[in-house]
Amino acid sequence: MQYQSQAVAKPYFIFALMLFAGQVLFGLIMGLQYVIGDFLFPAIPFNVARMVHTNLLIVWLLFGFMGAAYYLIPEESQRELHSPKLAIALFWIFAVAGTLTILGYLLVPYAGLAKMTGNELLPTMGREFLEQPTITKIGIVIVALGFLYNLGMTVLKGRKTVINIVLMTGLVGLAVMFLFSFYNPENLALDKYFWWWVVHLWVEGVWELIMGSILAYVLIKTTGVDREVVEKWLYVIIAMALITGILGTGHHYYWIGPPEYWKILGSVFSALEPIPFFLMAVFAFNMANRRRREHPNRAALLWAMGCGVMAFLGAGVWGFLHTLAPVNYYTHGTQITASHGHMAFYGAYAMPALRGRPDGNSNKAQVVEMWGFWLMTIAMVFITLFLTGAGILQVWLQRVPESGVALGFMATQDQIGLFYWLREITGVVFLIGLVVYFVSFFVDKDTEIQSA
Amino acid sequence: MADRFTKSMARNIYLGGSVFFILLFLALTFDTMQAMPQRDNRAQLTEAAARGKLVWEQNNCIGCHTLLGEGAYFAPELGNVFQRRGASDSETFKAFMHAWMNAQPTGVPGRRQMPQFNLTDQEIDDLAAFLEYSAGISTNDWPPNIEG
Ligand code: HEM
Ligand code: HEM
Ligand SMILES: [Fe+2]
Repeated sequence: MQYQSQAVAKPYFIFALMLFAGQVLFGLIMGLQYVIGDFLFPAIPFNVARMVHTNLLIVWLLFGFMGAAYYLIPEESQRELHSPKLAIALFWIFAVAGTLTILGYLLVPYAGLAKMTGNELLPTMGREFLEQPTITKIGIVIVALGFLYNLGMTVLKGRKTVINIVLMTGLVGLAVMFLFSFYNPENLALDKYFWWWVVHLWVEGVWELIMGSILAYVLIKTTGVDREVVEKWLYVIIAMALITGILGTGHHYYWIGPPEYWKILGSVFSALEPIPFFLMAVFAFNMANRRRREHPNRAALLWAMGCGVMAFLGAGVWGFLHTLAPVNYYTHGTQITASHGHMAFYGAYAMPALRGRPDGNSNKAQVVEMWGFWLMTIAMVFITLFLTGAGILQVWLQRVPESGVALGFMATQDQIGLFYWLREITGVVFLIGLVVYFVSFFVDKDTEIQSA
Repeated sequence: MADRFTKSMARNIYLGGSVFFILLFLALTFDTMQAMPQRDNRAQLTEAAARGKLVWEQNNCIGCHTLLGEGAYFAPELGNVFQRRGASDSETFKAFMHAWMNAQPTGVPGRRQMPQFNLTDQEIDDLAAFLEYSAGISTNDWPPNIEG
């Protein structure tokens, strides 16, 4: 660490990892409810577990992005953070608000939570991923503004690099697109149209800027490759991301009301969306091969390369699999969607966050960390494969046959139970990998104590 | 990458490309908004349906079900439940909805359970109106069959 204020990133990463553990636990609860339908019912109905699972995901990724930004921006700008105090204050505000929201989901029936928080005044709740009470959403906006102010001042007064400008652009974009979560018209088709401006334009738009800049930073640090080269790559990657990803939004507009031309537009542009992910993978490997130094943190480089590959597989390959309108007609809203969502989120956004650890880890700790990496990553590959298997069967039984012949939804689910069991077992392996990853944090301390 | 391809060229592609596609996307959105009145079934978006949407949201139905293919994949698609369970008839569908909502949870051991939401009769009527309205949105013939 070169700048003292980079230390504010630490609580962000620690809290993010705690939330991640919670996310996986609730994933396992849901995975079991998929096969033992009444598990934990009525204490934790499936929808509650799902809200907790996906909202924890979003919130811990936001914590991870914030931590990464607090770590990266001072170094890139070559000066201390504008206000470390503000960063710590915002951490506590966000952590408390986030925890209260999750507790609200678990302890109060959702309708009661809506009433308590005055949802009727400005109804924004009850839409997938945007289930947070309206006041929580307002809190998120306030935290985001403070965060952007703090970083913005740092960058303005310091050195401006391609990396920190792109990162700031991505973070501002993240905040701006989130504002669409406050637009919830009574007209369902319009509601859905603009809902995707948050969800799609996040994961296949501005978040790619964030991820690209973090990747570029890590590669400069770990490989020592010339900044000019890295920055050129970064520009090409984010150019492709936005050129394909913006109109790529159309792959969500096939069946929810918008005109038919979106079938062509969405298919063509989203079919090109794997390109930026492919470039990211090539970028990571290319830089690693051209490395000019052996950085002591080999685990970081492993995460960087793994992230490139998994993001390409999950977003690029699994995204492409179901993105063309004639295919999506059959796969829309099946387990195929879930399989893609898992690998893409893990590869593109969870892995970068998990990699966030500065240089000085002992060798032993890194070995344990790499075990965690392989367990989680391989488990995620198999979770994806099993869900894909479930999805193909679901399409075959429920979607392809004509009305009257096709199996109903619930009957189909019974038929594919085996795949859900396999997914659940693999989920346990994922959890073990996560625990191993956590253990690697404490290995360091032991050796310190021993050597002292 | 060849050296002739410079960083500033890359930057210009990024800036020019983004601005161009943002503007194009906004123009297409404008065009879509012009087309929506013929497609989004707003004629049936009555006050009851609007209230029903709020009931739908405030009970987080999307946390288990899909609606027009979006949501969770734990329970059946409801964008066409008006056709599937209501035989495309308002009164039949309303009757079905009352019976269904009041019968939950089934309590069948091991089967996926839907909670009891304790809705009033009015709320169930509104919910039915909302799902009937949703079923009339032009979806380019999705889903492929009645099972959703
Ligand atoms: C890191 C990037 C990505 C992430 C995190 C991601 C995540 C997701 C998630 C969570 C969903 C489900 C949304 C819902 O619940 O309704 C989804 C849907 C979808 N994604 Fe992605 N995605 C990414 C990139 C891509 C790419 C590059 C493509 C295309 C090549 C793609 C194609 C699709 C399609 C077609 C759907 C709709 C599936 C359906 O109709 O049910 N995604 N994505
Ligand atoms: C032990 C591991 C996990 C299990 C068993 C699990 C299980 C589940 C289940 C059952 C659902 C709900 C599917 C439905 O709506 O019917 C879900 C949704 C989701 N999970 Fe996980 N999950 C796990 C880990 C993860 C991880 C590590 C991530 C991301 C890094 C993740 C991201 C998501 C996303 C984005 C959704 C929404 C998908 C969509 O809407 O298409 N999950 N998960
Ligand atoms: Fe998308």
